[in-house]
Amino acid sequence: MCTVCGCGEATLVHDHSHTHDHDHHRHGETLDYGGGLAGVHAPGLSQERIVKIERDILSKNDAYAARNRRVLARSGIFALNFVSSPGSGKTSLLVRTIKDLAGRVAISVIEGDQQTSNDAERIRATGAPALQINTGKGCHLDAHMVGHALETLKPADNSVLFIENVGNLVCPAAFDLGEAHKVVVLSVTEGEDKPLKYPDMFAAADVMLLNKSDLLPHLDFDVAACMWNALRVNPRLQIFTVSARSGEGLPEFYAWIESGAARQ
Amino acid sequence: MHEMALTESIVEIACEEARKQSASRVTRVRLAVGQLSTAEPDALTFCFAAVVAGTLAEGAALEIERTPGAGWCLDCGKTVALSERFGACPDCGKYRVQMTAGDELKIRELEIV
Repeated sequence: MCTVCGCGEATLVHDHSHTHDHDHHRHGETLDYGGGLAGVHAPGLSQERIVKIERDILSKNDAYAARNRRVLARSGIFALNFVSSPGSGKTSLLVRTIKDLAGRVAISVIEGDQQTSNDAERIRATGAPALQINTGKGCHLDAHMVGHALETLKPADNSVLFIENVGNLVCPAAFDLGEAHKVVVLSVTEGEDKPLKYPDMFAAADVMLLNKSDLLPHLDFDVAACMWNALRVNPRLQIFTVSARSGEGLPEFYAWIESGAARQ
Repeated sequence: MHEMALTESIVEIACEEARKQSASRVTRVRLAVGQLSTAEPDALTFCFAAVVAGTLAEGAALEIERTPGAGWCLDCGKTVALSERFGACPDCGKYRVQMTAGDELKIRELEIV
């Protein structure tokens, strides 16, 4: 409260100064009561005021994500959010996984892409339910979109849900969708230093799939260096070297999915 | 460019808060953006000018405070400065540092009329 006249606006701090007709309110250069729209100072009348809110910028998304997580938990659905750059083989991995786990685990898929429903069609060809989200110009899925997708897709109780995010190694890292884990897919046709170049994504993920391992004999890709870089960014990262084409390394990943689904 | 989505969220929260406070305008928004966070301040500033158009926050100033990164070095057993998410400890040079600060993305305060 202002000790000069008792008005209730004494917490105002402005970094600008300008003239007005009652000088007693110019405590140095930082307090100013006449800068509001009305341009006047009247005790008790609200002018500019500062509101401390300390809100996370992502709080809206995170609230939707928490809601999704509750919905998924209630139905015993184990959700994985697959993230990677475009072309790492996410969809091929999902198609292979659905086929190999047929009869063992019920899987449904939410597909995120800017345009086309090509990926959802590839998934549906396996017999698994799939819903395509087109983000238009959007560079990532957010928890609000996924919440609506869950309402439409209605995954079965005690099933596994794969969310294939928009191919983008940057933006999806910041957006929690309510998944149990983010799974980052990196292919051996990319650089070993991708985890260092795009650390946020590798830090946000719990699992990394190093895909296209069948191509290793034809490449100079250094698997150990890549893993070292990934673990430098995230020491807790669990890494599986796999090939969606040959099936190499996938049984270990399937065992991880099944144990996670059993715990959900 | 997820800064566009982040900025939309900032403006949405600011306008919502302004309405809650029966304010007619938001004139200033102060953010804390950690040096190790996933957002680029320049991109936020760029997007802000576009996103506020037609809202209660139209014309509002955006102030961004960069909060420094810090981590707990497992080998030194103390908090050290961290300039990148996967950075080494500035004292021992090892990489066993767990980030403890610097990834915040927060709206600190608003100035409303």
